[in-house]
Amino acid sequence: MTQGFYEIISNVTIAKDIYEMVLGGDTSAITAPGQFINIKIEGFYLRRPISICDWDDKTITILFKTVGAGTYKLSEMKAGEKLDILVGLGNGFDPDACGEKPLLVGGGIGTPPMYGLCKKLLAMGKKPSVILGFASQADVVYEEKFKELGVETRIATVDGSYGTKGFVTNAMDALDYDYFYACGPIPMLHALCDATNTSGEVSFEERMGCGFGACMGCTCKTKYGNKRICRDGPVLKKEEVIW
Amino acid sequence: MVNTKVTLCGIEMDNPIIPASGTFGFGYEFAELYDINCLGTFSFKGTTRDPRFGNPTPRIAECPEGMLNAVGLQNPGVDKVIAEELPKLAKCFHKPVMANVSGFSLDEYVETCEKINACEQVGWIEVNISCPNVHGGGMSFGTSADAAAEVTKAVRAVTTKPLIIKLSPNVTDIASIAKACEAAGADGISLINTLMGMRIDLRKRKPVIANKTGGYSGPAIMPVAVRMVYQVYDAVKIPIVGMGGVSTAEDVIEMMLAGATAVEVGAANLVNPYASRDIINDLPRVMEKYGIQNLTDIIGGAH
Repeated sequence: MTQGFYEIISNVTIAKDIYEMVLGGDTSAITAPGQFINIKIEGFYLRRPISICDWDDKTITILFKTVGAGTYKLSEMKAGEKLDILVGLGNGFDPDACGEKPLLVGGGIGTPPMYGLCKKLLAMGKKPSVILGFASQADVVYEEKFKELGVETRIATVDGSYGTKGFVTNAMDALDYDYFYACGPIPMLHALCDATNTSGEVSFEERMGCGFGACMGCTCKTKYGNKRICRDGPVLKKEEVIW
Repeated sequence: MVNTKVTLCGIEMDNPIIPASGTFGFGYEFAELYDINCLGTFSFKGTTRDPRFGNPTPRIAECPEGMLNAVGLQNPGVDKVIAEELPKLAKCFHKPVMANVSGFSLDEYVETCEKINACEQVGWIEVNISCPNVHGGGMSFGTSADAAAEVTKAVRAVTTKPLIIKLSPNVTDIASIAKACEAAGADGISLINTLMGMRIDLRKRKPVIANKTGGYSGPAIMPVAVRMVYQVYDAVKIPIVGMGGVSTAEDVIEMMLAGATAVEVGAANLVNPYASRDIINDLPRVMEKYGIQNLTDIIGGAH
C-alpha cells in the first residue's frame, strides 16, 4: 500500500450513474487485478473504496457509481484536480489459480475488476470468456472494451432490454470453463457459486473504516476463520465462503 | 530544542502520542508503513477473556467530521493475544505497550488483567469500562460510579502495572465516576470513549449499522472530549490520557492544556495511516509556535 496524490486525467460518464475516472500517479503498489484504492473526498471523513478496473505504469482507471453524496461529489471533479488516495489495497484475484479457460463474471458495478483481470489472463496466454449482468440496457458498461480484447462477452439484463433476459446464471449455456472469477452483488455471487461445478474466486464489498486492516470494521466469517474484507479479501475462494 | 517527553504513571515516554485502541490493531499494519517506535506507545486492540467475532456488518457509517463504529470488540481472546500477537509485536515495537482490556463480568476483567499483568512488554493496562457497542457489559460498568469503582478495585487487586480506567462520555457526571475510580486505586483515567450515535439509511429506512447504534468518533467530538478532560482534571489528582477527535499537533496541545498528560489518536489513524507519525513530527514546530519549551509544563495549563 502507498499513499499519494493522484491527478485526475479524465472523469466521464459512461452509463446511467456510472463514471470512468483515469488517475495519474504511482501505481507500483498494485500487485494483482481485483485490488482496490481508497479515495479521500473533500468534505467527507472516511475514504471511499473503489475497485481498480485497469492500470499501467502511470495510470489507474476506476469505474464508480453515484450512490451517495461522496461518490456524487467525486463525479463532479474535473481533470487536473488532485485526490489523496491509498493505492494497492486488498489481496486481489489469483490469475495463476485457473486453467486455460477461466470464466469471468461481473454484475453491475462489480464489472470493473473483471477487465483488469481479463487483460492479465490474456497476457498469460489463457482464453477467458466473460458474462456481464446488469439491471437494464442503460446500465451496461465495458461490453465494447471486453470485445476489443477479443474475448467472448455475453450480456444479461434483468429486464431483458439487452442481451439474455435474466441473471448471469441464465447466460451460462454451453460455456466451457475450468475456473471462475466473479464480482457483483452477493445474491449473484451466491447463485453463481451454486450454478458452477468448478472452483472459483468471488470478490465482496463491505462498508469499511480504514481499508487496510486496522479497524476490523469489515470482518466476515469464513470456513477458514474471520477475515477482513479489506485486507484478507476482498477476494475469497468459493470453498471458504459462508453464505 | 523543545522537549516532548512526558511521564505517564511513572513511565517516561518520548512524546505523549498514543494511537488509541481499536484503531491500530496490534501494530503490524502500521509497522509496514513506518517505524512505529516513534510513538509514545500505543494501546492495542481491546482484549477480552474469550475470542470474539464482534457485531454483524455493516459496522461502520460515515458522519460529519467523523464516523460511527460498532465493531463490538472483535479480538482473538487474551490467551491468543499473549501467545501470538505480543511475540509478533515484540519484533517491530520495542517500547512498553499499553494493553487495552475489556470484559462482561468482574471475573472476566480480573482474569484477563491477571494474565496481561504477567506480560513484560506491557507498560500500562487500560481497562475499558466504556464500550458502547457490546451488550451486557462494557459501558454498563462505566455509567455508574459504584460499578466503575467495583471494577477498578477488582482489577487493582491483581495488577502491579499502572492501571488506567477508560471512561465513557455517555454519562451525566463524568467527574464523579473519575473520582470513584481514583478512590478505588486507579493510577490514571483515560477519556473519552466514543459517543453513542445512530445514522439512518434514507433508501432502506433502517439504521445504517446492523447493531443499530454505534460509537461516534472523529474531529466532531473533540469539543466534548476537551470539556470532559477539563472537568476530570479538576476532580482528580491522577494523570489523564485525553482522546476524542485528536488529528493534529495543535489538538494535542489543546488536550494537554485541558489537563491531559498523554493524548490518544483514534479515528485519524484510519483516514490517514500516517496520522500519528505526522502529529509527532509536527509537534516541535507547534510547540515553538506557542512558546512551549517542555511539553509537561502545559498539562492543565488552561485551568
